[in-house]
Amino acid sequence: MVRWKRVLSKVYLALIFLFLYLPILMLIVLSFNNSRSRVTWGGFTLNWYVRLFSDSRILDALRTTLALGIGSAAIATLIGTLGAMGIQAMKRRNYQIVMAVTNIPVLNADIVTGIAMMLWFVRFMPLGFSSVLIGHVTFSIPYVILSVMPKLRQLNLSIYEAARDLGANGVYAFGKIILPQIWTGILSGFFMALTMSMDDFVITYFTKGAGVNTLSTMIYGEIRKGIKPEMYALSTLIFAVVLIILLCTNFLSGRGKEAAEKKQPAD
Amino acid sequence: MKRKYWAAPYLVWVVGFVVLPLITIGVSAMTDDQGHFTWENLLSIGDPINRQALLFSLAIALGCTVICILLAYPAAMILRSLRLNKRGFAILIMILPMWMNFILRILAWQMILSPNGVLNFLIGKLGAGPLQISNSWIALMIGSVYDFLPFMILPVFNAISDIDEDTIEAARDLGANDRAVFWKVILPLSAPGMISGIIMVFVPAMTSFVIADILGGGKIQLIGNIIEQEFTKSMNWHAGSGLSISLMIFVLISLAFTMKNDLKDKGTTIW
Amino acid sequence: MEEHILELNRISKSFDGKMIIKDLNLKIEKNEFITLLGPSGCGKSTTLRIIGGFEKPDTGTVLFHGKDITGLAPDKRNINTVFQKYSLFPHMNVEENIAFGLKLKKKSKAYIQDKIRYALKLVNLEGFEKRETTSLSGGQQQRIAIARAIVNEPDLLLLDEPLGALDLKLRKDMQRELINIKKEVGITFIYVTHDQEEALTMSDKIVVMNKGIIQQMGTSKSIYDEPQNAFVADFIGESNIVDGVMLEDRVVSISGVKVECVDEGFGTDEPVDVVIRPEDLEIREAGKGYFDGTVISVLFQGAYYEIKIRVADTDWISQSVTAPRAGETVGLYVLPDNIQIMHKPRSEDAEVVRE
Repeated sequence: MVRWKRVLSKVYLALIFLFLYLPILMLIVLSFNNSRSRVTWGGFTLNWYVRLFSDSRILDALRTTLALGIGSAAIATLIGTLGAMGIQAMKRRNYQIVMAVTNIPVLNADIVTGIAMMLWFVRFMPLGFSSVLIGHVTFSIPYVILSVMPKLRQLNLSIYEAARDLGANGVYAFGKIILPQIWTGILSGFFMALTMSMDDFVITYFTKGAGVNTLSTMIYGEIRKGIKPEMYALSTLIFAVVLIILLCTNFLSGRGKEAAEKKQPAD
Repeated sequence: MKRKYWAAPYLVWVVGFVVLPLITIGVSAMTDDQGHFTWENLLSIGDPINRQALLFSLAIALGCTVICILLAYPAAMILRSLRLNKRGFAILIMILPMWMNFILRILAWQMILSPNGVLNFLIGKLGAGPLQISNSWIALMIGSVYDFLPFMILPVFNAISDIDEDTIEAARDLGANDRAVFWKVILPLSAPGMISGIIMVFVPAMTSFVIADILGGGKIQLIGNIIEQEFTKSMNWHAGSGLSISLMIFVLISLAFTMKNDLKDKGTTIW
Repeated sequence: MEEHILELNRISKSFDGKMIIKDLNLKIEKNEFITLLGPSGCGKSTTLRIIGGFEKPDTGTVLFHGKDITGLAPDKRNINTVFQKYSLFPHMNVEENIAFGLKLKKKSKAYIQDKIRYALKLVNLEGFEKRETTSLSGGQQQRIAIARAIVNEPDLLLLDEPLGALDLKLRKDMQRELINIKKEVGITFIYVTHDQEEALTMSDKIVVMNKGIIQQMGTSKSIYDEPQNAFVADFIGESNIVDGVMLEDRVVSISGVKVECVDEGFGTDEPVDVVIRPEDLEIREAGKGYFDGTVISVLFQGAYYEIKIRVADTDWISQSVTAPRAGETVGLYVLPDNIQIMHKPRSEDAEVVRE
């Protein structure tokens, strides 16, 4: 009975993962398909990977996407981390108001956020890279705040005060005491912001104007004409790079945790 | 310098790029081309075509949310029982697909579900006839569930993982079998996770237009598609703003209704 | 007739290859207050979890009213537990917590209401029905946890270090209350603690455990007065445990001095452990005891002084209401009755016990 149940639950999890990863598998296969057709297998090729690097339009869009992702994540992390620390020091009433406003971009529909920003931007600036960047920073900041905030709440402030008491100045104590304690929150906030930016389509679509293209908007524009197989190759490459980075960091942090757990004696 | 002033750049940003844009779209929604005040744009949500699209979006979003809850709970329970002790691993698996381009992934579903796609190939091998689900609301539903499922599994899994093993043991000790443990302890204690999951799934499912665009084959109009076309095709910005604001209000009301129901039920569903 | 409500037969359990319980046998009689006592990691909590059904032993059987329940799920056993961390349901108020087990048994509303009132009275929290559990203090939460367990009228109540998280004063009060509750409801209690004083005050019977093995079982008095090995002597109360040699029946040599005792049946010239409780070690004028020694330190402990005396290479602890001065030379004497002689541990297992 129990064994049967265990097998069944493994099968269920496997099906969920299959559901989540089937399209990705499909795209990876297509990136090696020696045929422009999306439905027939024309043999294995690395052709699209080679061609990719001579397609200046795709490379342009990639550069824009990466610049947007890293730039917006960095700005959002800076403003968001400072913001989280400031908000946390606020009085209850102000705290609640600011947190409610913080949740607006998370709760609101992307399409409404995107259109609202577009309508606002056209009043005083041309739509382009900067307007998209501002848009990405705006929807990323809440994720930074939401991942830094819990760390701040767990923060042992008495250590900071002890450091000040022992003669450390504010900046030094912040760097040596506070930062190490909230570092993981900041890092995962940055990563979330980067992920959201790379994955975004709707906000970019409404705030980009004519000249700028990210990978998402470029693909969307090509749907009717047919997607270039080079796109599958590029997406597979990005996916593989991120997968490797994540596996490495997860493996390293997992090992650190295990070592820490082993030190604790079991009762 | 007082610590609360560290939030100053953030507050400027929020006012400049969250609050003011919302005011702008609100103003745009309540004026016409000449800049005169009008209710017309807001009320156009009641036009037959718009109303139908709104109700259809609501149906899709509700269905998608319910399916996500039904799929997420067993998955979260199983993940918990594996005692991976690595919350990071579960998050990684759920976040990772986001690094494959969103539009490409939806296009992949179009290929999978198409008459000569992978799904029909497999079904054909089993000896059944080809399914005609591409370009239909079923394809749209599959795509929506696919895209938003991780946003239900993650908060539900986090909430379930946070439940103390002792609390579950206490329930077992007092005579609760697996079923009673789930309904009387795990479900009520993970309700906050489920609520954030509902918000993360219901709102985007209700308002997206890309999934319907690709998987509906142009035949299906969600309210999101109509709004998008007001801006990109008809160039009728005031009408588009009006529909956006109406949609926003509608979504807020739906959410408030779900929350209130949930809170009210809390006392009754537990027992 | 002696009736065993619970029998553990040859139970062994290991986690990750580490043996936690070794071949444990235990019989518990009806209506006893029995305490499993030992340092952390001794296997007492695991034993309790096996009785509760939360762990399955690797080998051995658990008999409850003579029936084998080794593989039975916790919810199928008429046994309830009071957990160390209280483990109240955070989404329910006091009343709902207490009613949890009764509602699962489909008892009538009136019956449940009666039981809640009775149980709250028993734990001295009348009128707390509608309170949220999160608004209660640690002591109050633990009382609710006790009430929640006993309304189910279990045959056996397991208490896993229930007072461990409370402060000293509250712990003392709760000890007294637990004894009263036990008297009132007449349920068999199995209590787990690492606090020897708690065990000595509350229990009918104490089971001292270490390294997964039962070291000694008996009443508080027998465990305190006649520890069977150095571990028990050391763990229960404070003791002077020193090396000695048994010269003949009723004569032991300690630090080369012949001392009179009451123990018989040891081998001639057998090396032994000698146990003397600090309160039994009398301080006399120099030359009027068995040995003379120098007072190293005197600590006031509230009701008595704790005095450390060095005799040759051995340090002794004595408790006394009058205190000598540090540096003074004094004599030490002990009544023959107050000396406990024990065999030196022989096997490796017994050696482990000594740590």
